[in-house]
Amino acid sequence: MARYTRRKFLQASGAGLAGILASHHAPVFAQQSQVHWIKWNDFVPASDELLRKSLLPEAMKALGIKINLETVNGNDLQPRVTSAIQSGTGPDVFMLFNNHPHIYSSSAVDVSDVTSAIAKAQGGYYNVAKANTTDGKHTLSVPWAVIGAEIAYRKSWFEEIGYSKFPETWQEYHDAGKKLKAKGRPLGQTLGHTFGDAPTFSYPYLWSWGGKEVDEKGKVVLNSKETLESVKFMQTFWKDAFDEGGLAWDDTNNNRAFLSGTISATLNGASIYIETLRKPDQYQTEKGTRMRDDIRHSPLPKGPKGQFGFHLFQSHMVMKYSKNQKPAKEFLKWIHTPANYEKWFVSQKGYSTPPTAQWEKHKMWDEDPVMAPFKIAAKLGLSPGYAGPPNRKSAEVLTKYIITDMYAKAVQGMSAEEAVKWAAEEVSKVYTGT
Amino acid sequence: MPAARSSRILEREDTLAFWLLFPTFALLALFIAYPFVRGVWLSLTNATVGDPGHFVGLRNFTKIFDDSIFRTAALNTFVYTAVTTVFKLALGLWLAVLLNRHFRGKSWVRAFILLPFIIPTVLSTLAWKWMFDPTFSVLNWTLFKLHFITGRINWLGDPELAMASIMLVNVWRGVPFYAISLLAGLQTISPDLHEAAAIDGANRWQRFWHVTWPLLLPVTMVVVLFSVIQTFADFQLVYVLTGGGPANATHLFATYAYQIGIGTGLLSEGAAISLAMFPALLLVVVFQLWYIRRVENR
Repeated sequence: MARYTRRKFLQASGAGLAGILASHHAPVFAQQSQVHWIKWNDFVPASDELLRKSLLPEAMKALGIKINLETVNGNDLQPRVTSAIQSGTGPDVFMLFNNHPHIYSSSAVDVSDVTSAIAKAQGGYYNVAKANTTDGKHTLSVPWAVIGAEIAYRKSWFEEIGYSKFPETWQEYHDAGKKLKAKGRPLGQTLGHTFGDAPTFSYPYLWSWGGKEVDEKGKVVLNSKETLESVKFMQTFWKDAFDEGGLAWDDTNNNRAFLSGTISATLNGASIYIETLRKPDQYQTEKGTRMRDDIRHSPLPKGPKGQFGFHLFQSHMVMKYSKNQKPAKEFLKWIHTPANYEKWFVSQKGYSTPPTAQWEKHKMWDEDPVMAPFKIAAKLGLSPGYAGPPNRKSAEVLTKYIITDMYAKAVQGMSAEEAVKWAAEEVSKVYTGT
Repeated sequence: MPAARSSRILEREDTLAFWLLFPTFALLALFIAYPFVRGVWLSLTNATVGDPGHFVGLRNFTKIFDDSIFRTAALNTFVYTAVTTVFKLALGLWLAVLLNRHFRGKSWVRAFILLPFIIPTVLSTLAWKWMFDPTFSVLNWTLFKLHFITGRINWLGDPELAMASIMLVNVWRGVPFYAISLLAGLQTISPDLHEAAAIDGANRWQRFWHVTWPLLLPVTMVVVLFSVIQTFADFQLVYVLTGGGPANATHLFATYAYQIGIGTGLLSEGAAISLAMFPALLLVVVFQLWYIRRVENR
């Protein structure tokens, strides 16, 4: 064994240090690029495991970079991005929800080079993806996925009250909900301050009646006959058909309520159904059969002005303060390569719908007919601020929960007229900046 | 000789005082004064996340005073602080008087009393959230089984009940602080005074009112001062329990400032909302410190 004396060590380390100082460069092993990626804790935990155990090691090998994945609660992404931007340091790649990229647009690196290649190769982005990630001049983030929001419902319970097919209109849904609530099986819906299930219900519900926060030119038009009608309908609908605890629910309450058999239907991502697939024997119906066989999915019913959807949208922003912008973009290109992205997409089992059209044809959608409605969720979805142009104002209205609160106030006893007036004033303040 | 010179310098009282106080001053400047000045500046600009903005005078303040949610949050904060302080003081004092007696296992009971105060707020509040859960509330279950209720109580979904619920949790968490601090105050009161009063024929209530209470007052005022400041700026409890909902019914200054500053990215407006509580707190602090000084000089 070679002896390594103190003198030799000092000589070697001294020379090495002198070399580093003279060349102004750290040795190669310390220069390896690192990309810090922060995303939400996936509601399908298997997908985060796949990233950690297999996809990211592959990416690191292929790109010669180090990737640190950090996962946090979805509601914690905004505080993290705000403090990172203000301090000028933090993760290189941020997952953002819905139209939030518009809020942080001044801190975003233009990623059009990444997105144009993906769009070209994968059949083009859906409108919702474009609206949420581009501001007309720049591409603020790379669309990642859409968490389709569909109504999960108990097929047998709806059949018992005479609905062999899921209600197609709000009137029918009201009627069904009333009958179900009378049997102690109300509909479940949050009208609380929570990022997912609250706006994905309140926005499309408003749109389906013809209400909008702004028109095509961005003029505030919320205080309209259509909005008022939607609020009035909601007041009786809520009392007659819904579990009134929903006013305090977050994104997880309806999952628990549905799985424990206290509600008959709720708007949600596919996580309820996927949970029953994961633990088929734990979740049972009152008859002792597997609950998973009694769950079906449906889009939200139609209103007088049509049928709409708003689905939780996710994209990744490369931050301007990042010193690793190039490897961060390389990584996003790599993970969106069909062969790599497919592995992640399949692990989601339909919980996530990709943002480009090509994936509608994927064979995964044929595996389970219960998941089929999620296939085109992203295609039919609109972004908040519809029918106006995408901008940070609509993101502000969304993060202030104004539309959701309009309905919450009305079902709590405020008159429909007052609730609409209040919401319209709040929306106007946001759009005029006063 | 330098060593001799430096020791001579340190012998001068004013220099020594300066150097002894310097670390405290530096810490206060760094962690209190700088963030405060920065917050004031931020509230006078139109800064948003990633954009330092420019000076706009008092525009943010006129904007928030015109904001109905801000007005609700302001009213909520005052009601929340006033109601919980009264309950915390009454219950805390009661508990302190009880704990001041001699009984077996006294030290154990005193240690356990502190538990709500020791457990991290977020953790205990999550447990309360579960107890108030709209569907699976253990409180509802118990009341139902005891035949006190027939339907569900919507603890966090009803605006008034939600306010009452967050106040309840705040009182639960705050009472130990009052109890232990007041207990420490009680123990400094000499038993001779009580004995003398008893010999003079004072009954229990009279002994409390004429002996204990006046001697305990300075401690009580300090405890109330700390508690009011903390309660006024409370955040974690409301954020975890209701997030300010339903429909903004339970927002306090701090949670609304957070929603606007962090959620919506309007940093300047968020700073203005948090600064709006400053004048009220300043008044409380000035009044109480004046009162304490008056009591002490009596």
